[in-house]
Amino acid sequence: MMSTMSVPTKSPLPTMRGAILAAALGAACAPLAAACVVPGWAQTAAASAVSIANFTFNPKALTVTAGTTVTWTNRDDIPHGIAWTNNAFQRSKALDTDDGASFTFTTPGTYQYFCYIHPNMVGTVVVQAATGSSTK
Amino acid sequence: MGEHDGDGASRRKVLECMTWAGTGVLWSVSGGVPHALGIIDRAVAAEPRGLTFLQISDSHIGFDFKPPYPSAVGTLQECIAKINALPTKPAFMIHTGDISHLSLESQFDDADQAIAQTRLDVHYVPGEHDFVDQEQKIFLQRYGRGTRGAGWYSFDANGVHFIALVNVHDLKAGGLGNLGREQLEWLEADVKARSASTPIVVFAHIPLWSVYSNWGWGTDDAAQALSYLKRFGSVTVLNGHIHQIMQKVEGNMTFHTARSTAFPQPAPGTAPSPGPEKVALTRLRSMLGIANVAYRQNQERLAIIDAPLQS
Repeated sequence: MMSTMSVPTKSPLPTMRGAILAAALGAACAPLAAACVVPGWAQTAAASAVSIANFTFNPKALTVTAGTTVTWTNRDDIPHGIAWTNNAFQRSKALDTDDGASFTFTTPGTYQYFCYIHPNMVGTVVVQAATGSSTK
Repeated sequence: MGEHDGDGASRRKVLECMTWAGTGVLWSVSGGVPHALGIIDRAVAAEPRGLTFLQISDSHIGFDFKPPYPSAVGTLQECIAKINALPTKPAFMIHTGDISHLSLESQFDDADQAIAQTRLDVHYVPGEHDFVDQEQKIFLQRYGRGTRGAGWYSFDANGVHFIALVNVHDLKAGGLGNLGREQLEWLEADVKARSASTPIVVFAHIPLWSVYSNWGWGTDDAAQALSYLKRFGSVTVLNGHIHQIMQKVEGNMTFHTARSTAFPQPAPGTAPSPGPEKVALTRLRSMLGIANVAYRQNQERLAIIDAPLQS
């Protein structure tokens, strides 16, 4: 489920053009994000982390660049799980104590989530366009 | 504990004492209102006439403090032994949710195996921990036969109308427990044709009254549900979720939460979070338990007896 854009690796385009093409593709597929961009729960190490402790996401609001993998780790002795507002993505598996789940963000935007076991726990991930690319 | 009727004040005092007692609640329904009978052993001694049923809650099979603390299966089995030792067999049992910790088949299996030892009919509602599997279908496959929607239903026993509600499905970001429009419409229709003198017992996992919203201990659209029940002379609302006894009386409605059979949780606001409260092992069993409920004809309230595993 790794979700980096595949176009630049297949094409010998200069980096900048590749990035722009990727951004353009991203924009073009936005309405069909699930089909084209393949954001998803990843198996890889995280580039950014959210700790879950005392029934709170920390940091509660996180800003990352597109392509970043964010890992949530549960430090409570009760399970938590992550669901996306409006079901933007599939929810995570349940995270028992010290379990983690990683999600790779590919499309710029603001993503709100909550614990599907304790829905009063909420958090936000803001995904910004990667440096050098355009968000248009 | 004979003074469970008559004036509300003395009853409240009794219940206050029981708060520190129990394993389970023995409920007795007479004449339209459930009464807590007090500690189970004494309640049974009172030999209520009418309907008596049992409530257990929050077994959380799969949760374990580390040894030497007992496992959640272990304390559930202790509760079952206590139930089987009751001199008067309850008519049936209700389980107010969080049967499992992580909705695993093996956890439900362990719970079922222990609970089957009571040889009682059991009426279940799910807790949020029972809907943790990705497709949220294991609970309904196992316990949802004949229910509607996410698992709600009603039934009658000894003239009492029992309503099982589900407030742990389709939860909303930032929200509390949720019943949802479909279930509310069903509830309104379910009670519409019933006489106001029918005693009503509602049970659901998360409290249907606002216990402590900072910890999510309430249900967003409970007021709508309760509005359909206001005209009834006796309404008893039984919940779990908060792993401690809380009681509130409002007009003809009595709200009561049961202890967990697995682990206690802190009193509202007394800890950084509502996570499991690891009390001294010597105190643990005084904070776990069951509830026995008795109903008797011509009495206003059901009698609820919360009985701890260990006094």
